[in-house]
Amino acid sequence: MLSELRTMWEVLKHTFTKAETVEYPEQMPYLAPRYRGRIVLTRDPDGEERCVACNLCAAACPVDCIALQKDTREDGTWYPEFFRINFSRCIMCGMCEEACPTYAIQLTPDFEMCEYDRQNMVYEKENLLINGVGKYPDYNFYRVSGMKTASKDKGEALNEARPIDTKSLLP
Amino acid sequence: MPMILVDGQEIAVKEGENILEACLNAGLDLPYFCWHPSMGSIGSCRQCALVQYQNEEDTKGRIVMGCMTPVVEGARFSLKAENATEFREAVVESLMLNHPHDCPVCAEGGECHLQDMTVMVGHRDRRYTGKKNTYRNQYLGPLIHHEMNRCIACYRCERYYRDYAGGKDLGAQASHDHVYFGRHEEGILESEFSGNLVEVCPTGVFTDKPFLKQYSRKWDLQSGPSICQGCAVGCNIAPGERYGKVKRVHNRYHDEVNGYFICDRGRFGSGYLNSDLRLDYAGIKKPDGSFFAVHQQQALETAAGWVAGKKVAAIGSPRASLEANYMLRELVGKKNFVPGYSDSEAELIGSILSILQSTTAINPSIKKMESADAILVLGEDVTNTAPRVALALRQSVRNKAFELAEQMGLPSWQDAAVRNLAQDQLSPMIIVSAVDTRLDDVASQCVSLAPDQIASFGHAVAAALKGGKSDNPEADATAKILKSAKNPLIISGSSMGNQGIINSAAAVAEALNTPETMLSFCIPECNSMGLALLTQNDACSLADLVNKAPKLDALIILENDLYRRGDRAEIDQLLASGIKVITLDMYENSTLDQSDLVLPAASYAESQGTLVSSEGRAQRFYPVHSPAVERMPSWQWILQLAGAVGHKKLSALEHLDQVITACAQSNKDLKGLIDVAPLNSFRNLGSKIPRQTHRYSGRTAMNSGVSVHEPQQPKDLESPLSFSMEGLNRGQPSSLTPFVWSPGWNSNQSLQKFQSEVDGPLKGGSSGVRLIKSSQSGAVVSSEVGEVTLKQHQWQLVPMQQIHGSDELSAHTDEMAELAGHGFIAIGEKVAEKLSVSPGDGLLVRQGDLECALEVRLLSRVAKNCIGFSVGYAETQGLIAGSLVSLEVDTNWQRSSPEMIASDKAAFEQVITEGGAHNV
Repeated sequence: MLSELRTMWEVLKHTFTKAETVEYPEQMPYLAPRYRGRIVLTRDPDGEERCVACNLCAAACPVDCIALQKDTREDGTWYPEFFRINFSRCIMCGMCEEACPTYAIQLTPDFEMCEYDRQNMVYEKENLLINGVGKYPDYNFYRVSGMKTASKDKGEALNEARPIDTKSLLP
Repeated sequence: MPMILVDGQEIAVKEGENILEACLNAGLDLPYFCWHPSMGSIGSCRQCALVQYQNEEDTKGRIVMGCMTPVVEGARFSLKAENATEFREAVVESLMLNHPHDCPVCAEGGECHLQDMTVMVGHRDRRYTGKKNTYRNQYLGPLIHHEMNRCIACYRCERYYRDYAGGKDLGAQASHDHVYFGRHEEGILESEFSGNLVEVCPTGVFTDKPFLKQYSRKWDLQSGPSICQGCAVGCNIAPGERYGKVKRVHNRYHDEVNGYFICDRGRFGSGYLNSDLRLDYAGIKKPDGSFFAVHQQQALETAAGWVAGKKVAAIGSPRASLEANYMLRELVGKKNFVPGYSDSEAELIGSILSILQSTTAINPSIKKMESADAILVLGEDVTNTAPRVALALRQSVRNKAFELAEQMGLPSWQDAAVRNLAQDQLSPMIIVSAVDTRLDDVASQCVSLAPDQIASFGHAVAAALKGGKSDNPEADATAKILKSAKNPLIISGSSMGNQGIINSAAAVAEALNTPETMLSFCIPECNSMGLALLTQNDACSLADLVNKAPKLDALIILENDLYRRGDRAEIDQLLASGIKVITLDMYENSTLDQSDLVLPAASYAESQGTLVSSEGRAQRFYPVHSPAVERMPSWQWILQLAGAVGHKKLSALEHLDQVITACAQSNKDLKGLIDVAPLNSFRNLGSKIPRQTHRYSGRTAMNSGVSVHEPQQPKDLESPLSFSMEGLNRGQPSSLTPFVWSPGWNSNQSLQKFQSEVDGPLKGGSSGVRLIKSSQSGAVVSSEVGEVTLKQHQWQLVPMQQIHGSDELSAHTDEMAELAGHGFIAIGEKVAEKLSVSPGDGLLVRQGDLECALEVRLLSRVAKNCIGFSVGYAETQGLIAGSLVSLEVDTNWQRSSPEMIASDKAAFEQVITEGGAHNV
């Protein structure tokens, strides 16, 4: 009897405490920039697609919901011919973001992905690509890589010496 | 067996091997770069360091290189000693000083030996803050991509390309940390075996260029154990597929056949599988000549209506599986079955088979050929007709060096020392041919003779061996060399289309009459031998079929372009004789265009079957992916057709295993077929063998672009392999190994985990069954030799097989077509002078009524009155081996580009676009 009274007291006491729930969607919750929600593909500071189609995100994905195919631009740089994420399978674990060597794939604080048709949960590259750098403003993979690109010759990457003249005998 | 001690653990080792091999055999992970099981040790990379102790009291020890240290009884080593592990880490750290930040955009990533070794030694952070060395890349042709920045200077490429494969145009340049591996100038790599650089290079300097265009990581490829269809050698390959496309072909190790290497046709010649010419749907011809697509079932009903109760003949194919040929032969009856090679070729292959079935000589595997210490090549350009055999011959001429090394007590794996000792001394190889061959550079003697004279030469050698003295001093000398050899090898083949040459080769082998004599023949296609074994010379000839065509109701053609097999007029007559023509093929060709009903056949990468190689080895190939669209394996089409027409024997069959059993029972020579590979019911520890790696990605997204509802994985009802990542790819019979991977070993170097010992057979044993059993009664051959009488201004045509271009299927691959160039006529310098033409000019070749305008190439040596022509090219279609032709300068000829042959043109254009030669 006493314990029942005590329980009722404890419950009624909560009538006067501040509510933890919010009036979603009128009231939006705060989500940290590192919140793991909808995945985007970002661009480098020069406005080019960051993704180099290395396939590491696809390999890291525990539910295998990323598929892509590598293609080559005229200057020899790699990019994805198609890049597809099946969000109906995605568990927002962020492993792809962690695996990405170019900061291309990033998770965003957007979790509002509802569709009446499951097919609409399949995002292609044009749905994923944003016009921005996301969380990493400065990084451009091809400035670091040893690969020759349209805007950078051999030996012009970060921390690289000029190409060696193999016909020279000088040390 | 000596015992050694490694980290306190006793290991039994093989006498004479080195400690690196001993460690790998014992399953220990000792990192290495420059050592290669078939190229030996040079100790250049310093990666396989370990500590050797002098005796029990020695606790300090000294660092030695594993690959350079022979094992001796009681020797003590440590892999785990701190100074050894630190040393190995320091080596990788220094190799990585200049390594570019390329892994995400490197085609080696995920199967990179350097990545594996870096992880294995535990190196992580680059401490050096200086600048990285960089290099310019070179254009090396359409097959190999060059990215020199990634080089770790292990010298494997140079040692493979120059020392092993005999290439001349790739080497090390410059010195110290500027060393560069490339050509003296940009251009197409000359070697026919350049593709192996992709697998030999432990990092991403040399990568597969066609694969790079449609690249997928190794872990994303679905692979299947397959057999190369490029020639009759039967190399084991592992094609990899993704998104329905066969993306690349890798070597699949077989200790007795191809070992670690395949030729460029095998590696790069499968691009036709993704070509637009492939057939997707069955089609019925409309009156206007075009086809309209019909459903499989409708096509079968139509075919059954034309075949049931009618007079039907069929043409098989040396490029189709044994099973499909067998079924077709059963369906129409022996007397109505044409094997599908040209009539002249049928005779040659028939006689080769009967020689191999009676000869007292050994019919050697490729591995066995490498032990030959004297070689006689009669009339074959082996590099172009059986490329992998030529690579083996390049190794056998080194037996002189190994013999000298043995006398000195030098182990054969001491590569640099053995080469130094022998310098340019080689075992004798005598090449007797009409025109120059790609093995001339390692031959002790080259004799240029017209085809019939080659046969005479062979018989003269045989006569000299039997004790008589011929009137030909060259033949006498050859006989002497062969007689003094321990393991003489005679190689000939069908490429010259000359029966006399084949007979003379057999005569030489019989005359030698030693138990170690080897006799081998090169034959044209992947299943030529299988077809000969199947038909046993009991088949209808193509010419007979043409004659009896008007009496027939229908003709079934299996994977065969008849215009490559016989005279154009005759084939036209056959196909237009008003009979219903049903063609089963995988790609569009002239024969298919003339048919009334076409059925889309699955390619070798989509179907299962058995092929018999030139040595008589029956090997099974398995699908890499399930047949796309409405394609179906040929044997299945025929099976269903047989069911539809109610064929008594065939309609009782359902699965391929039953077909194989029926085929094996049909003929005593094919009895071994049943044991070629495990039955469909085989399970590896209870599960099927996976074709996909355990890291296969994108399973739930690959098809979601079409529909988000995931389809079931395709089922393979005919083999113990599955289109899945579930199961166990370890410990199964070696014919069922789709890819190699082992924990910590992602590159193809993981192969050593699948081998029973370094360079030995795979753990599941050597696959395949040799079907040719010799009665040892001795081959009895005619010593008859043809004769040719030339009129004035006449030349005899000599066929020249081309590795890129002569093969029907691989020629439809873009890169192969680029390398093949145009059809050509090859003449000696004297003829060129006489006609005042130079390479690149045009000549009109007249053979009877046929006139071909062909580009001129020069030969470095040629028999008197002979000229060569490229076989299998559209431009030379109709030219017949051995026929007599006249030549005339083509005044209307347009040179393709000034002073350049076709194969150089691509290099030239590339240089222009990239701004000049730039390896500076």
